[in-house]
Amino acid sequence: MDAFFALAHGVTVAIQPMNLLFALVGVLLGTAVGVLPGIGPALTVALLLPITFKLDPGGSIIMFAGIYYGGMYGGSTTAILINTPGESASMATALEGNKMAKAGRGGPALATSAIGSFVAGTIATLGLAFLAPTLVELAVKFGPEDYFALMCVAFVTVSATFGDSPVRGLTSLFIGLALGLVGIDRLTGQARLTFGVPELLDGVEVTTLAVGLFAVGEALYVASRRHIEEEVLEPVRGSLWMTKQDWKRSWMPWLRGTLFGFPIGALPAGGAEIPTFLSYSTEKRLTKYPEEFGHGAIEGVAGPEAANNASAAGTLVPLLALGLPTSATAAMMLAGFQQYGLNPGPLLFAERPELVWGLIASLFIANTMLLVLNLPLVGLWVKLLAIPQPWLYAGILVFATMGTIAAKPSVVELTMLGAFGVLGFLMRRFDYPIAPVVVGLILGPIAEAQLRRALSISLGDPMVLLQSPISATLLAIAAIALILPFALKGMNRFKAQED
Amino acid sequence: MSTRTPGRVDKAGLVIALFLLILAGLIWQDLTSLQLSSVYGLGPKAMPVVVSVGLVVLAVGNAVTALKGGLPARERLDWKPILFILGGLAALIACIKFEIGFIPATAILFAATSAAFGRRAFLVDLLIGFVAGIVIFLLFSKLLTLTLPMGPLERLI
Repeated sequence: MDAFFALAHGVTVAIQPMNLLFALVGVLLGTAVGVLPGIGPALTVALLLPITFKLDPGGSIIMFAGIYYGGMYGGSTTAILINTPGESASMATALEGNKMAKAGRGGPALATSAIGSFVAGTIATLGLAFLAPTLVELAVKFGPEDYFALMCVAFVTVSATFGDSPVRGLTSLFIGLALGLVGIDRLTGQARLTFGVPELLDGVEVTTLAVGLFAVGEALYVASRRHIEEEVLEPVRGSLWMTKQDWKRSWMPWLRGTLFGFPIGALPAGGAEIPTFLSYSTEKRLTKYPEEFGHGAIEGVAGPEAANNASAAGTLVPLLALGLPTSATAAMMLAGFQQYGLNPGPLLFAERPELVWGLIASLFIANTMLLVLNLPLVGLWVKLLAIPQPWLYAGILVFATMGTIAAKPSVVELTMLGAFGVLGFLMRRFDYPIAPVVVGLILGPIAEAQLRRALSISLGDPMVLLQSPISATLLAIAAIALILPFALKGMNRFKAQED
Repeated sequence: MSTRTPGRVDKAGLVIALFLLILAGLIWQDLTSLQLSSVYGLGPKAMPVVVSVGLVVLAVGNAVTALKGGLPARERLDWKPILFILGGLAALIACIKFEIGFIPATAILFAATSAAFGRRAFLVDLLIGFVAGIVIFLLFSKLLTLTLPMGPLERLI
């Protein structure tokens, strides 16, 4: 069992006092930022990236682990207490959780989500520890053409297959790909789309894009529709603890949620929305208390919350083993690795095992810390939620611009931040998904490099893409995943006409 | 709140399609200035061609959706807060450009955003932003040794 040894080694890295401290700081910061309304885990990671600029890679990647899980936990607290899910994956939690909080059962709702996240996170991280090395062994055999095909699958599934509208998803993806073209072409050294601006030669910074789209875009969007809805913060009343019956009703949904979340997260299918909604509808069907659904059923919090966390750990499988981000948060984690010149993938497992396994072990530790810290600290997080909205968003914008200023104090970079903010605002208003832009920017240049490498090895013969069985299969999957939503839509229309 | 009847042409959707066409055109124009230099395989032009063509196709797709009125319904827009926030950002950029410093820049952005969200205490918020700016500056420049832009005030600290 190699994974056991590797994991044990990772634990020895992770329990060094300095690294424990990094994990703790990460967990606290991640929760504190993630709990703020409108800030999802992706933005949490993006906002906190600059803090780790000057730390050593090992420590800061461990801090990311804490930020990642802390951000997830914070997001569900917000979803339960003010019904503003920071991301679509928390939507199912908000559905029942906010009803529970309104009925004075906010405490048990927070508890079942915290304990469920812990259970799911632990099982899924174990899954990650055993699945990732297997995937790495497989990935060693991958040629550049296979990587390219794999990225095509990720592009299609992230943007087209599972969204509301494949056209809008693909539009987002191609805006991301276009932004990915900016800068010096790595193979020939020619500048593309820089329009003579020297600052653009390095390309578009992923953090600038993510912070612009998520933070500035969200602030503009919320400000523009402030006249429409007011957020109501539900106070946590009554006991925090779950009753015996709550436990009885929660443990199966936790496990079922994990079973939905981890595999779907680990597939390059993108997003935690599908497993959370699958879990929600399953619990709704299986529950003994169907009359409570829609009025605050604890199963409806326990299941989706577990699914959400399990899929977050699942997305780390393709990220660490293949370097393939399949969600906006994973894309931000990849940006975190890249700022140290590290590229996740088989090579990283071979060259820097202490880093990879230290990260995986830290995920366990971060998860445990969250469980121990967050229920006692819930009063503090609720206070953070009570910050008046004007100061909250003013603070978010100050922090967002500060991150950009700290990374690159240039007028061009800040102007881009503002422009991406406007883009993010428009995309929210017209309901274009945002994650594909980030994934397109970070994955586009990598996919291009792999394709060009493949074709220069084959002396320019494009058939190499179909001659490798792995690549041919993956491209076929990508093609099906691209056509399927259009075909289904056509069929629906056909059916509708028949009725 | 305005509701849109499906089937009506959505002008905003057509503008989006036009924007995508312009983006595709920009990429195409830029790629003509590149020189082919790969001996085998694809040069630096291949990817821009793919993205540019893809954008044209998507522009058509978006235009079709717009013509059918298939865009999601939208609420009435309040422009004033957007202008406040963007104005705050512009002021921040000006502060960096003319070396007025990080702390005043932060104070202005904070107060402008706060005003955008409906607070009517600009001077108080300016002061809060100022203090926040000092704290962030100290934290980042002294503790994390990151370089933030300096103005007269920052040099004093």
